[in-house]
Amino acid sequence: MKILVCISQTPDTTAKIKFNAEQTQLDANGVQFIMNPYDEWYALVRAIELKEQLGGEVTVIHVGTVANDPTIRKALAIGADNAVRVDSEASSSLFTAKQIAAYAKGENFDIVFFGKETIDYNGSEVPAMVSELLDLPYISYGTEMTVAGNIATISRDIEGGKETVELATPFVISAAKGMAEQRIPNMKGIMMSKTKPIKVVPATANVNTSNIVKYEYPAEKKGCKMISADNIDELVSLLHNEAKVI
Amino acid sequence: MSVLVFAESLTGSIKKVAQEAVAYGYQAAKAMGTECFALTIGKAEGAAELGKIGATKVYNVAASNDFDAQVYASIIAQAAEQLGASLIVFAHSSSGKSLAGRLAARFDGGLASAVISLPTVSGSNIVVRKSVFSGKAFANYELSGAKNVVTIAANTFRPEAVAADAIVETLSISANAGRVKVKSVNTVTGVVPLPEADMVVSAGRGMKGPENWGIVEELATVLGATTACSRPVADVHWRPHHEHVGQTGVAIRPTLYIAIGISGAIQHLAGVNQSKVIVVINNDPEAPFFKAADYGIVGDLFDVVPKMTEAIRKLKAQN
Ligand SMILES: Cc1cc2nc3c(=O)[nH]c(=O)nc-3n(C[C@H](O)[C@H](O)[C@H](O)COP(=O)(O)OP(=O)(O)OC[C@H]3O[C@@H](n4cnc5c(N)ncnc54)[C@H](O)[C@@H]3O)c2cc1C
Ligand SMILES: Nc1ncnc2c1ncn2[C@@H]1O[C@H](COP(=O)(O)O)[C@@H](O)[C@H]1O
Repeated sequence: MKILVCISQTPDTTAKIKFNAEQTQLDANGVQFIMNPYDEWYALVRAIELKEQLGGEVTVIHVGTVANDPTIRKALAIGADNAVRVDSEASSSLFTAKQIAAYAKGENFDIVFFGKETIDYNGSEVPAMVSELLDLPYISYGTEMTVAGNIATISRDIEGGKETVELATPFVISAAKGMAEQRIPNMKGIMMSKTKPIKVVPATANVNTSNIVKYEYPAEKKGCKMISADNIDELVSLLHNEAKVI
Repeated sequence: MSVLVFAESLTGSIKKVAQEAVAYGYQAAKAMGTECFALTIGKAEGAAELGKIGATKVYNVAASNDFDAQVYASIIAQAAEQLGASLIVFAHSSSGKSLAGRLAARFDGGLASAVISLPTVSGSNIVVRKSVFSGKAFANYELSGAKNVVTIAANTFRPEAVAADAIVETLSISANAGRVKVKSVNTVTGVVPLPEADMVVSAGRGMKGPENWGIVEELATVLGATTACSRPVADVHWRPHHEHVGQTGVAIRPTLYIAIGISGAIQHLAGVNQSKVIVVINNDPEAPFFKAADYGIVGDLFDVVPKMTEAIRKLKAQN
């Protein structure tokens, strides 16, 4: 099995989010960045498990600048064999997808793995784009996968339940909770990751058709109206007459 | 120029999310000075009614209802060419998310997902808004492709009757054979799936055990709400996985979210803080959830929840 895992980097959920004065750019000062959890816990770990089970190799790819190398090293420490970094800011989903597709095109991966979405913009955009650019089938939100020969059986989250599908490699999949369990890198992995090279490739030129022109902060909550536990009727009447939701 | 809405019908009939997408397409077309067309694929009961909520034409392409993103994307792309679409609209649903990126990639189009605003027109571009960074900010995206793509957040755009039913026309596009074989589909029946639910009653570890969920279900039943839960509750299998809301679970935007015995951790809030009205029931006055709530009750859930069910039952009986 030759597997590509696409990893992104994102502010930690608990990070305080600020923008520059014009509100056009994230102010990264003091923001803790992490590997996107779905990529790390589910996509990467399942890819490594498949390699352990079936043989082959796992390559991780990241579109980002040298500042993000620690995230790539972490993926190597968890157990990826090779790493590629496309040397550019990931300026939009389509830009990112084109970089990944350009690299994957000549490599004949059996499976291209993604996280279900990045937790900053929650777009779930890049995997669908890459599958189109590579003209491959795409299974989103996979929660379980078994592979026998070149046939994969995958359960995926759909509204209010799950769907089970079967298809042959090669394909693109995005991984959600259930696909694998988080692995903490061990000492050996961390040592090894320092000796593995990160292959740096230049970005291909591209125009962007999606641009964030302005960020806005949400309006402050008006504050919580507290109602006594002895007066549930009042709560219900507020929901009916004031909030008008029931 | 036109706005093309993919009105999904994976189960054979048009669902609420598809109607919301058409409602959006209708408004967007008005803003852009053009028409809104709806496209259905396979069996699509209720397709004609999309005319009533704003689709000037409703089209159908014969194909299997078994979802294969590669096949569906190819059909929608051909329809978009034929119908001169400059904006393609999807629901932000599991199929919409699988398709939107494919269409954007095919056309080099701009894409914004889970948008919560109608487009504002800026020259030949449009600007739309979405929630980012776990609800800590909004971002306005300018889309500048010749064909742009959006997926729209659920429970945000309400269908309204604006015209009469449409006649469903067949669009002759041939579907390729897919490579994905759908083996089974297991979904809850009889309740609105969580992402589409207008009202949600959710409970957490404060419930103490799965045997106590009866009071949560009763409250949900009187409200006509869907039940949800926090992550630890799904992790220990007190509740099914598909009920888990939050950063790692389902993200929802209901009109009413009632949180029972849930502390309000940031990862939980990330999936629910877009709800219109939040009610929190917790016996700890310091529970962080109160900061994100509109109405709060400090009290024992085992006492408060049954009383609330009773009070709502009374209200419903009067109205
Ligand atoms: C990366 C990451 C991702 C995560 N993703 C998610 C996610 O998607 N969704 C999610 O929910 N969590 C998620 N979590 C976990 C999250 O941080 C919290 O641990 C979790 O939400 C807590 O669940 P809870 O509120 O049910 O339980 P607790 O935090 O244990 O809270 C129980 C609450 O019940 C109250 N209570 C107890 N008894 C009663 C009573 N008798 N009456 C009234 N109130 C009572 C308590 O005061 C308390 O506030 C994630 C965590 C991490 C690190
Ligand atoms: N800059 C990036 N480099 C590599 N992979 C990425 C990058 N951004 C996103 N991805 C992948 O695409 C998935 C979905 O991201 P998104 O479309 O941003 O929600 C992520 O979970 C990653 O697997």
